[in-house]
Amino acid sequence: MKKNNYLRAIFVFPLIIYALFLIALPLLYIFIISFFKSDSYGGMIEELTLMNYIDLFDVVYVKIFLQSFLVAIITTIICVLIAYPFVLAVCHKSKKTQKIFMTIVMLPFLTNSLIRMYGWIVLLRKSGIINEVLLRLNIIESPLSLMYNFGAIIVGMVYTLLPFMLLPLYSSVSTINKSLLEASYDLGASKFKTFKNIILPQTIPGLFNGALMVFTPALGYFFIVDILGGGKIMILGNLIKNQFLTARNWPFGAAISMFLIFITFLLILVYKKLGGKMDDLGGA
Amino acid sequence: MKNNKFLDNLIIILVFIFLFAPIVVLILFSFNTSKMNITFEGFTLEWYKKLFTNPTLLDALKNTLIVAFTSTIVSTIIGTISAYGIKKYDFKGKNIINALIYIPVVIPEIVLGISLLCIYTLAKLELGMLTLILSHICFSIPFVIISVRSVLDSLDDNLENAASDLGASPIKIFFKIILPSIMPGILSGAQLAFTLSLDDVVISYFAAGPGSNTLPLYIYSLIKTGITPDVNALISLILLVVFLILTISAFISVRKLRQEALS
Repeated sequence: MKKNNYLRAIFVFPLIIYALFLIALPLLYIFIISFFKSDSYGGMIEELTLMNYIDLFDVVYVKIFLQSFLVAIITTIICVLIAYPFVLAVCHKSKKTQKIFMTIVMLPFLTNSLIRMYGWIVLLRKSGIINEVLLRLNIIESPLSLMYNFGAIIVGMVYTLLPFMLLPLYSSVSTINKSLLEASYDLGASKFKTFKNIILPQTIPGLFNGALMVFTPALGYFFIVDILGGGKIMILGNLIKNQFLTARNWPFGAAISMFLIFITFLLILVYKKLGGKMDDLGGA
Repeated sequence: MKNNKFLDNLIIILVFIFLFAPIVVLILFSFNTSKMNITFEGFTLEWYKKLFTNPTLLDALKNTLIVAFTSTIVSTIIGTISAYGIKKYDFKGKNIINALIYIPVVIPEIVLGISLLCIYTLAKLELGMLTLILSHICFSIPFVIISVRSVLDSLDDNLENAASDLGASPIKIFFKIILPSIMPGILSGAQLAFTLSLDDVVISYFAAGPGSNTLPLYIYSLIKTGITPDVNALISLILLVVFLILTISAFISVRKLRQEALS
């Protein structure tokens, strides 16, 4: 029995150390400092206050929250609109082709997301490729401003987060029994009706898995907004980054982070209610 | 089944164009004679030569690889051991630990990044390679656990019981029976950890210090001033390596599929 304890320690001890010191402790610390006061020199005063949470309701910040949610919601919707037709089209192919296509899709995501954002700058800027081509084809007379606006941010977000929608959706669509679809068509159901009555209900967990993994990062990806938004638009991620690195108001930054954690937990509750499994979230 | 083949192919091609356009552009411009990266003027290999004389760039590449390899190895080992530990043993607070490991998977990276930054400051750890590697280990372990667990759960318990009945020690069972059978899960977990490490911007942004510049951070600092084509050249080389590895792995899995179909 003693030997068993010793073995158990080997298999469990690293996990406990990891979970306590790299997950629980950092979050607990953030939670605590979100109730601290900040002094004007970037330090923290260890007196408890609710001010940081009350400040969240300031008009300036509420505007940033709304902007953030708008970016995240539009990004999620566009990802769904791209991912569904794509995944359905891929699933019409043979198993071998499916495997190859899904590998090709993942290829860009093995390079760093910043690098790919830079590729978008080269495409979108005033002297960029898209403008160049349009000018030479005489479609436009002067270059369009495609960068430093809301649309460019959405392009960057959709581009970066699309695989998190594609993968769970593919794994749920590819497990649908094909004879069900055939039966539906044989009985005279239209494509739309088949989608609504058979495909959609069976892929809800996969869809929400994807939505969760697109929506929450989209609230935080400050670098995409920095690079493609040109400083005009701010999302939650920029706000948190600024509080920690520029404004040096850690307690307020911590309070915004707690708000973000709260939203994430709400979404996970919905995901679990819809029958989603936690392990599927990490199966990217 | 009524499929519109033309429509299917059109959708697939459009998505592929969207996904590959920025990458193709970067590769193209790595051969561009113009230094400004704006219009394509002529073909040159100059930037590939220049690449090896840019110490900052090479240093950033070296740091990126050190972080990626170290964090992948450590998180794969801890993740594998832990997945088995969770399945096999009961311990106090198991449910809480089991819930905690999902946190790095689901919370926005920025929250994880700043909370780790706070802890490093609290522990008076100087930001640098160590904190960078620790942060990467932190977000990789859960993915390895999940990946290993999915294979572990499909394993036949009788295998372990039979080995135990025949007198094999638990350590021997783990190394001779469990480990070989869950190897696919371990490898895909390691691959995921490695990819996540290379791709990360947000968490590294808060964990890196002076002297621990990684490739993404270096590029981030360059984007505002303009990227030189030697960076494009490096990106193209990285893409080439990634492409080769993937082609090989796709080839292997297609062959496996074919063998499964035959048997």
